[in-house]
Order: sequence, then structure tokens, then C-alpha cells
Amino acid sequence: MKRYISLLFAVSFITLSFAQDNFPRNGTRDERPSTYAFTNATIFQDYQTRLENATLIIQDGKVLSVGTNLSMPAGAIITDLDGKWVYPALVDPYTSYGLPEVKRRSGFGGTPQYDSKKEGAYGWNESVKSDYTASAEFKVDDKAAKKLRDQGFGSVLTFRADGVIRGSGAFVSTGNEEDHLMVINPGVSSHLSFNKGTSRQLYPTSIMGMVALIRQTYYDAQWYKNGGNEEQTNQTLESFNKLQSLPQIFEANSDKIRVLLADKVGDEFGTQYIIKGNGDEYQRINEIKATGASLIIPLNFPKVYDVDDPIDALEISMTDLKHWELAPTNPGRLANAGINIALTAHGLKDIKDYWKNVKKAVEYGMSETQALKAMTYTPASLVDMQNEVGSLQPGRRANFIIASGNLFDDGKIFETWVHGTGYEVAEKDPMDLAGKYHFQAGDDTHVLEISGEAGKHKAKIVVNDTTSIDVKLKVDDQSLSMNFSHKDSEGSMRLTGWTDGRNLKGTGLNERSEWISWTATFTEDIEKKDEKKDQEDATVEVGDMIYPFVPYGWKEQPKQETILFRNATVWTMEGDGKLENADVLVQNGKIAQVGQNLSVSGARIVDATGKHVTPGIIDEHSHAALSGVNESSHAITGEVRQYDAVDSEDVNIYRQLAGGVVAAQLLHGSANPVGGQSALIKFRWGSTPEGLRIQGADEYIKFALGENVKQSNRSPQWNTRFPQTRMGVEQVFVDGFTRARVYDQEWKAYNGLSAKVKARTTPPRRDLQLEALAEILNSERFISCHSYVQSEINMLMKVAEQFDFRVNTFTHILEGYKVADKMAAHGVGGSTFSDWWAYKYEVREAIPYNAALMTQAGVVVAINSDSQEMARRLNQEAGKSIKYGGMDEVEALKMVTINPAKLLHLDDRMGSLKAGKDGDVVLWDDHPLSIYAKPEMTLVDGIVYFDAPKDAEMRDWIRAERTRLINKMKNAKKNGAKIQKVMRKERHNWHCDDIVEELGTVNE
Amino acid sequence: MKIFTYIFILLLGANVAAQTPRPADPQSEPIAIVNATAHIGNGQVIDNSFVTFDGGKITGIGNASEAPDLSGHRQIDASGKHVYPGLILPGSRVGLEDIGAVRPTRDHTEVGEVTPNVRSQIAFNTDSDMLPTYRFNGILLAQVTPSGGTVTGTSSIMMLDGWNWEDATYRKDDAVHVNWPAKTFGARWWMGETERRENKNYDSQVNAILGLIKDAKAYHAGDNKEVNLKLEAMKGVLDGSQNLFVNAGRARQIVEAITKLKDAGINNIVLVGARDAWYVKDLIKDNNIPVVLDQVHRTPSREEEDIKMPFKLPALLNAEGIKVSLRQSGSLMAGRNLPFYAGTAAAYGVAKEDALKMITSNTAEILGIADRTGTLETGKDANIVISDGDILDMKSSIISYAFIQGREVIIEGKQQELYRRYRDKYSN
Repeated sequence: MKRYISLLFAVSFITLSFAQDNFPRNGTRDERPSTYAFTNATIFQDYQTRLENATLIIQDGKVLSVGTNLSMPAGAIITDLDGKWVYPALVDPYTSYGLPEVKRRSGFGGTPQYDSKKEGAYGWNESVKSDYTASAEFKVDDKAAKKLRDQGFGSVLTFRADGVIRGSGAFVSTGNEEDHLMVINPGVSSHLSFNKGTSRQLYPTSIMGMVALIRQTYYDAQWYKNGGNEEQTNQTLESFNKLQSLPQIFEANSDKIRVLLADKVGDEFGTQYIIKGNGDEYQRINEIKATGASLIIPLNFPKVYDVDDPIDALEISMTDLKHWELAPTNPGRLANAGINIALTAHGLKDIKDYWKNVKKAVEYGMSETQALKAMTYTPASLVDMQNEVGSLQPGRRANFIIASGNLFDDGKIFETWVHGTGYEVAEKDPMDLAGKYHFQAGDDTHVLEISGEAGKHKAKIVVNDTTSIDVKLKVDDQSLSMNFSHKDSEGSMRLTGWTDGRNLKGTGLNERSEWISWTATFTEDIEKKDEKKDQEDATVEVGDMIYPFVPYGWKEQPKQETILFRNATVWTMEGDGKLENADVLVQNGKIAQVGQNLSVSGARIVDATGKHVTPGIIDEHSHAALSGVNESSHAITGEVRQYDAVDSEDVNIYRQLAGGVVAAQLLHGSANPVGGQSALIKFRWGSTPEGLRIQGADEYIKFALGENVKQSNRSPQWNTRFPQTRMGVEQVFVDGFTRARVYDQEWKAYNGLSAKVKARTTPPRRDLQLEALAEILNSERFISCHSYVQSEINMLMKVAEQFDFRVNTFTHILEGYKVADKMAAHGVGGSTFSDWWAYKYEVREAIPYNAALMTQAGVVVAINSDSQEMARRLNQEAGKSIKYGGMDEVEALKMVTINPAKLLHLDDRMGSLKAGKDGDVVLWDDHPLSIYAKPEMTLVDGIVYFDAPKDAEMRDWIRAERTRLINKMKNAKKNGAKIQKVMRKERHNWHCDDIVEELGTVNE
Repeated sequence: MKIFTYIFILLLGANVAAQTPRPADPQSEPIAIVNATAHIGNGQVIDNSFVTFDGGKITGIGNASEAPDLSGHRQIDASGKHVYPGLILPGSRVGLEDIGAVRPTRDHTEVGEVTPNVRSQIAFNTDSDMLPTYRFNGILLAQVTPSGGTVTGTSSIMMLDGWNWEDATYRKDDAVHVNWPAKTFGARWWMGETERRENKNYDSQVNAILGLIKDAKAYHAGDNKEVNLKLEAMKGVLDGSQNLFVNAGRARQIVEAITKLKDAGINNIVLVGARDAWYVKDLIKDNNIPVVLDQVHRTPSREEEDIKMPFKLPALLNAEGIKVSLRQSGSLMAGRNLPFYAGTAAAYGVAKEDALKMITSNTAEILGIADRTGTLETGKDANIVISDGDILDMKSSIISYAFIQGREVIIEGKQQELYRRYRDKYSN
């Protein structure tokens, strides 16, 4: 019985061993023996199993066996690998190998494209390319494959990096055989990104729009599956649904904050994305670990910057300096944190740097085992290919590397084998000619010196102690050629030769083109230079981490304190307005008490004699801490969320804290009548976007009116989007709310069904845009509307009244003073600039008395910034209302404290100094409405986020840290590191009107 | 204060209409401002002062107790108030632009890289709605400056009140202006760029400036038959009667501008913008170059800089002995905030009277008009403002009188008229 089974096994094996060739061939069949044995090698069977003196036997492209004392199959071609190492071939999980280059359509100009131009039964947005399959376009490209094989890659995941939804990726080998033989699995992964790609359709123009598009696609696909397919055929959604069973790989392009965002998108749909990072993940490692995502990590370590000239060095940012030093720690830090990572060569300017950077990562804290895992097993397992490649187990692909030794040390790759075919990377046993020779050519005698390691020899003729002539030496198998010119000689010596034991001899032409013969007789070895051993052994020391990873980031996050401000002028913003010689106690993150002669044990006492204490300033209209402002495509983009664009790494957060600002509404821009949903944040410097969010705050949305939404300030081709007039703007709103009302009723009807009926009813399609509008109708979302002239202000109030809700806030509202009585009657607040005007036509009648007049008419008025600069001086902007309109000083300060809190529905917990409210407090050295007033301390939730002495300390540290890093860079340059020119990275300070222009359209 | 304004409005009410206010008539009688705190503009303060002026010139200033017989003077009792020299705004587009976004109202940027012969004086719009808002905050003179290109043109110093540009001219063709080319440009964020870009035309742009100077020298040394307007326009710079204002911000740009212009034989340089001046202060100091700083209210140029660097820069340079003047750049509406830029300079380390110099006497010296204005000194033009309180602090900077060459100008305009119109509407 036993025998029978093994016989059966053998039979089936034999069957397999005949390669089935279903392709017709022109010529005689030419199958060669395909059993190979590699003996006496150090073999990594997988990333953690190392076998010494072992044998690897492969047959028909697969591993037959690995181990010691294996019996040799008959007819095997045996290669003795004594002293050599064998690794599983590497796997790159992130390439576009073998796919056509993604080309951006070039050319500027033309009218904006609002609708998809893709022909066929597909979805509405060209950036959703779920129907794309990489295997359909895959073509073996041996030039590119060779580059991969030279680094040891035997297989890669390949996909097309185009679109926010990119379709499926294929798993392919890097061999040079026919396409159908090189595709291991045609569909192993589904790809997404925050990159619109080549689509020329306008939507989406922003990070918020991309998130919204992805989310809406998920919901549409669900709807399609649940019955939508009976109404229409949509191959985009159909393909999208099919992709859902595959591993989902998300390119979180830009930075580590986007890694968190990608994960958040996945969470909404119960999908754990595999996330392709950017190399800076160590900067938010705890939060990234908490996502639970596996990461694909590039090795794009920055080059040394040229910082020799101190003025040029001004242009290198502290962040770039620190990242230069710490980037190589990224893979190690992630692996040591227990995050599942795979390495990719993606993002390297030159793939030849791959191993250099892998070794650097190992030098900076990654273990060799972790590295090998991240280069073999993990990338295979991410797309469920671990039973095909990534280790050398019987039955798996015969993809492996033959190396001279440990690749993490100075081992060199000789061959990369793919599917049982060997590809030479470097000559396995090049001739070693190193040594000193007595050289004689014709009448000339010299000393010839050949140095360097075999395969990379350099040669020179030593004339005397200080002079030598470089010789062009080319060694090929057993023969060689040499070429050199004597100084002052016009011609050159051109010699060819061969080895003769340890000596060399040959023939050639001298400088006068006469045939001569030559000999080089070996005299002695060359002393090998000790290659900076000391440096290698030294442990790598790097600087401190800071959070966020920008200047003024914390080495240590500040903690909540109990603080008692004593004997200050206290601007409570409550009924008592302003108290002299009063105390404020902050405890457990809240205002504990306001009064006189307070005391508490264990409090940090701040003597505020002669100083002023106010509530933290709140900015109703800000675009700080954002990585995108306008989804400027459609007239209604209520589906986009500023929370998706919050950038916690913006130094403006810290700068604004230094101006006493503690919280802000981060608004969408003003490019469309209905903009996006607001993010309400507190300036908790050091937190992540999620940590900045004010939990439990009401939901807001940006609306806009006037010139911006009519596109009348833009270049002439922007004249096709409805609306182009204020008349059209009204109709956008009426139409939107009319549709939202129907949508809301549909859902209410559906939700009102009994469980039984519900189960057999197709739910309505979830529409994120109408949902946002319906929330407004239901007073679950509140409008902050960019507005200027009186007609449009009045119009929106009337539209709201028609749909039975109220506008919450008009922001900017520079002609609010003309309809302030109507505003008061409607119950809308005004959030305005102190003295802006004349920057465009619709603000020619803006006056600095606007705040005073609206206040006089009974409107709740705030002064906002819409500017990262002015936000630092909002107190002064409020102070201008004393000059313009003679406003009372307490009323003036209210416009940047309790009034914006009211407009944001946060006045129950912020905006005034009252027991029980949030510990958001500013200590000023002077009257808070004065130009001379400077914040000395700013507290958010009882935590001191700005402290003037601490600020000075951080400045000193920044200076010292820069000096240290610049010196380190200079040393690296001295030691021969490649350098790059300094080119400063810049963060854009967003403003309301900022529109990201697509490549291919004219910018203003 | 309110009574003052009230009387003022009664007096001038007829003139304040939807049109721009009527230009002031020449001073018809001697005027004395008494009992105010006088800020001379040269660092000195007289607590209880008198200031007299007649025929457009200051005739006396001193302690009120030592005042001469003021009979025959119209007396303005300014007890509790402050009197200052009229404020001066250098390097501004005021009068050349009304509404930034509306092209027909823009008259500051001419076609061409090298246009020194383009002159602001004759385009200055005395009827601009912008002017009353500047006067309202005490700004009485401005160096009206063309912008755009590399050699942008020739500025003139204009009074912010007048029937026409000819009447409003304070100093014709005072200086030629250069935008020193940038070595790098900012990242085009709207295209997704995050890194600055190299200016590939840098060398040719620099050569255009240096070539202009070289050719102008040869032109003026020789006997040219053919008139070249561009080279003619450089005459004053070469003979020292006009300054060359050079706008340069980044450190490398400043170094290049100063060293190359010095090498070309230009010594009458004024550095404008100069956001990085601190890093190259020695070069500026050694060459005795005055600096007109870009607006103080801005964010730092670099993330790692002191977050208050723009606020502190005037003090840092002042302490080095560099002559500092302040200007406004960016949206024109903000020019009226000039006194508050000085206020911020004072908040961050400049003595208040020194901060005042940065918007009065220092500026007058840099513009070559110090013999006529910039301080409250006998013999100078009666360019005077009275403020209810500290003019540098917005909460007290309330101007009640302004005089240009002794002419009492209307400081209110359309904005005040609209204010009163709607205040009255809501009061009823």
C-alpha cells in the first residue's frame, strides 16, 4: 500500500515534470534538462531558517528539496557553491513593472471638464478606474527586469498607479520568458490612493474630494449590489465589488498623516488597508501602530544637503535636517514596534541604491532577520503569495539569489534565479590580479600596481613616489587589455594580454603604433586598506524625536497642571465683564474658580500682578492646520470634510497659540455655493488630527456667495459652471435643498419600516452630498456662509426661511452693516474682518465699522482671521473696533472669545472664564486689546501649550540641534556622501480663495 | 474726543458726501496746537507743548509754558492729546490701484523687464477711494512706486490730498526701483509642489540690471546723438541725486544685490523688503545702507525661525545702528495700518519714539525729504497729525486733525459717511 502511494506520487510528479506547451512553436522543440543542484552553500530556506553546508535542488522551475544530506536526482546539473550564500529571491510589493508608463496628458488651457469622457457603461468619475486589470497590459520588459534581478528580486506585485481607485494588480516574475509564463497570479490586489492621476475631469481637486469620492464609491457599490444593478449597468461599480475580496493596498501619498487618514477611510467600510507609506512613519509611530495596518515602506533616505555656506544652509529646514538623520531609522523603528512591514524599492531615484539603503536601515536599528522578512516573506504574504515565493520550500517557485556571502555585510549577488532559470548579476569568480608587478613593454620598465577587489580592479603605473599614470584596465575571463598614455606623449599604449600563472604577458601597440610585446611579473601583494572599520563598529547616534516633527515640536508633551493666576485683571466675558485684582484657578483641565484671594494646595502659582487674564481666543474662520481648502470642482460639494484635511504638523498651530488662540473652525474655501464640512479643532499642539478635534462639537458646513462662487475672479475659460450670476447661486441652493428634502423623506420612510418589511426592501442609495444638505434642513448641521454684499446675504436668509431653517453664521459679511436689522431678525451671527476692504469689487463698500454696526443692531459678532498671520493678532483686530465705532472694550474682546464660541455652539464650555468651562486661558503682559500686549502663557484644557520662557528654550534647542546636524552633514560630505542642492520645502498658508489648479488648466 | 469729532463734522459736514472729500485749501491763518504731548519724530517728546505754523511752515514748537503770544492764531486745544509729524509710507502702490482684483483700476505694473523711465507721478489718482482711509490714520505722504519687472520705474513722493497729481507732488521722481531677481521661486502649491524652484534666468536678469547701469554711465559720459529714455532715467541714480531702491528679501539675494551694485559703482542704495536682513546685517551696516522693511505683521519666513521674528526685526536692526523705515506690502488696503506696524516694533523692543522715527523721520531721510518733513521742527512743512492717544496703538489711535503743508485736510471719507448713515438707521 505504502509503495503504491509513493508510486502514485511519483507518477503524478512525472506528469507535472513535462512542461505543457499549449503555444504553437515555429521550429524544433528544444527542452533542456531542468534539474539543478546547488551544494555546500549557506542557505536561507526562509528569512529565519539558515542552513549551513546545505543543498538546494530545483526542478522544472520549482524547489524540489532543500537541506543537508539530500540524495541527488539523476541527471541534475550540480553547482558547487562552497562558501557562497543562497537566499530566497526578494519580492517587491509595489511596482509598475511591465506596465505601460502612465502618461499625463500635457498641454494647458481649454475649458474645465465636468463630466466623464470615458466611453462605455462606466461610472461618472474618470479617476475611479476599478475596471483596470494590470495583467491585461502586462508585458515582460527585460531591461527593467534585469534591474530588478540585479537587486535580487524574483517576483513583484505590479499595478498601475493611476487614479484614486486603480483596479487590480498582478503578481509576476522577473524572468525573461513569455508573458503568460511570468504572470504568477493575474489578480492579487486592489489599489487605491490619494492621487487623482491622469483624469482630466475636474472632480476631485482636493484631498477632501478624493476621500469623498472613495467613500461615495463604496456606498454606490453597495447600492448597486443591493438592487441598483436593476436600474443601470455600471461596470465601474461591478468591478469595484469584485475587487473587494482582494487585499486592498492604499497609497497614502504625501506623509504619515495620510497613513492615518487612509486607515480611517478603511475603518468606515470594515476594510483593513495595507498602506503604502512615505518613509516618515517613525514620526507618528504610536498612532500608526494603532491602525493595525501592514505597511509597505520605501527606502528613500534623503541625500546629504550641501550646507557649507551658512546663507545657503538657511534654506534647509530643520524638519529636512532631522529627517535626513532619522529616515534610516524608519524601517527599524517600525519593525521593532511590532508593525508588519514590507520594503519596496519604489521611490528610489536609482534602484541600485536599494541594497545600500537596506544596509543603512540595518545599521540604524533593523535586524537582518527583520529586514530579510520585510524583503521576502512579508511582501509575499501581504497578497497571499507566500506559498509561491519568498521562501525555499519544496513546491515553491525556484526563485533565489546566489551571493558571495552575507548580503547585509559585504556579500555580492552573483545570480538571481527566477522560475528555475539563472540570470547572472555579477561574474561569480572574476580573476584576482591585485598586486605589484614589474612591468616591461618594449624598452620601458615600470612598476605596475593593480588594486581593488576582483572584478573592480584599478591599475596604475608608478613613475616615482609622487607621480603615477592611470591605466585603463579591462579584465575579461582569462584575458585583459590595458590602455595608458605617458605624460607629454601624444599617442597611447594599447596592450592586450593574458595570464601566465601569477604573471601577465601580451602584445600591443606602443605610442608610435609599433607592435611590441610586454610582460608584467608579479613581485608582491598590495597592502589592503583597512576600510574605516572604526566607523562601522560605532553605534549610530541620532537626535531626539519631536512631536510634531517640525520646529517647536515637543520633546516631551506638556501635561495638565493645576495653575492659579493671582492678582490679575481678569476679563471673564461673563456678566461681570472685567474684574480687577482677581484670581483664576485652573484645575483638571477646567476653570475651577474665578474670584478673589483663591488658594489651593499644590497649585503652580503665577503672579499676574499688573497683567491680564482672558479666555482663550477662538477663530471662527481659519484655514490653518489644513492640507487642502477648496474642492473647487462642483457647485455643491457638501460631501467633503475638512476633518480629512486636518494637518496636525502645521507650525501655525504653535504660532497661533503664541497669539492666544486656542480653537478654530477650519473652513472649506469659497469656491462653490455649498462647500465642505468644517473641522472644529483645539490647538492641542503635538496631537494628531483626531486629537485636535473638539469631540461632541456640532457639525458645520461652509457656504459661499458672490464673486468666488460665480468664478468671476478667475481666468476667462471658467465660465461654464452653473452658476455664473447671483441669480444662479440662489437656484443652486433651492435645487439642492429641494432634492435633499426628497432624499430625507425617502430615508425617513425607509427607516420607519418594520424590521420585516425593511429586510425585503432595497434601502435608498446613500448620498453623502444630499445627506449633508438634509442635515441642514433638520438643524443637525449649521451653515457658516462666506458673503459680502447685502443682496446675497438677504437672499440666503430667505432661502433658509423658505426651507424652514436658519443660517447660523455669515462669515466675512462685509456688508452685513447694511442688513444688520434683517440679520438680527433672522437670528444669524456675523463673523467679520476688522478692516478689510477694496481687494475685490464686491468689497468696495466694506467699512471697518461693520462689527460695531452689526453689534448695535443686535447681531452676535465675531472677528475672524482667515489668515495664519492675522490669527496671531486677533486681539488687536478686536481692538480696532474701539477706533472704528467706539465700541466698549469688553464688548470688543467678546468678539474674539465668547461670541465666536456662541457662533460655534461651544459657549457652554468655552469662550469665558467661568467655573466648569474648559481651562482655555491666556495670560497677557498688557491690556489685551493693545498693540503692546503679548501672551505670556496660553492654556488649552489646562495644559500650558505656549509659555514665553519655554519658547525661548526651544529656540535655543533648535539652534543647537541645527548646528549639530549641519556639522554632521558636513562630515558626511567630507566622507564622500552624495550631496544634493538645498531647496527649501514650503508649506502653503491656505486662504479662502485658494484653488488648486489641475495640470492642464490655466492658473490664475 | 466725541465732541471734537462732532464739531469737526459740523464744520465740514457739507463737504463729506459720497464723492471723495474736497481737497484742502491753502493755510489761510496762523494755527497753534496747544497743550498736546508733542512727539517731535526725532526721539524727543514735549509733554505739554505748543506747535505753531503759518503759511504751511512750522513757525515754533516748545513747552506750552514758554509759548509766544498766540493771539492772531487759530488755537486748537489738544489737552490730553498727542501731536505727531504726518506719517510717511514708502514703497507703496497707493494712488495706482483702487481694487486689486479689478484690472482697470490697476496702474502699477508696466510691460517689460527694464522700465526705469516709467514714472508714477503722472498716474497718481488723487480721487482714489484709498486715500481718505490712509489720511484717516495719519498717513499724509507716500512714496508712490511702480511695481513689476526687474527695474520697475521711477517713484515720486506724493501728498495724499490734492486736486490733481501736479498739486499733490511732494518730490518728483525721487528714486528708481529695482526688484532684485530671486535665486529661487516659491513652490507652486496650486500644482502640488512642495519645494522651491531655481530661477533659471537669474543670471540674465541680474545682467539686465548691471548692463543698464553700465550703459547709462557710458551714455551720460559720452555725447549721444540719439536720446535713450531708459538711460536718461538713470541719470539721477548715477549722479547721486536719486537713490536706487532695491527690493530683496532672502539672504542670498541681499548679498548679491549689495555686492553687485557696489561693484557697479552704485553707493546710494536703499534696501527694501529685507526679510532676511538679520542674517546679513554686517554687510548692510558696513555699507551704511538704510532698510525699508516689509510689513511687520507677517509670519516668519521659515518654520524654525523665532515665531516673533518679523515683529522683532526692526528692533534687532535698530540696535545694530541700521536706519530702519517701515512699509506695507501685499494688499493695498492694509497700508493704513502703518502706525500699528511701528506699534508692534515698539512692543518687541524698539523704544516708542524710535518706532515713531521708523514711520516719520527715518523715512523722510531715506526718501531725501528730511529737510522739509519727518519731524516737528521750526522751518519744516507743517505736516502734522493730532491723535486722541498713542498713535501706535489701535485702541487709542484716533486722529482728529491732519495738516499737509498747513492745509487742514478732511480726514473722513466715504467709510465714515456710510458708518453714520447706518448708525442713524439702527438708532431710530
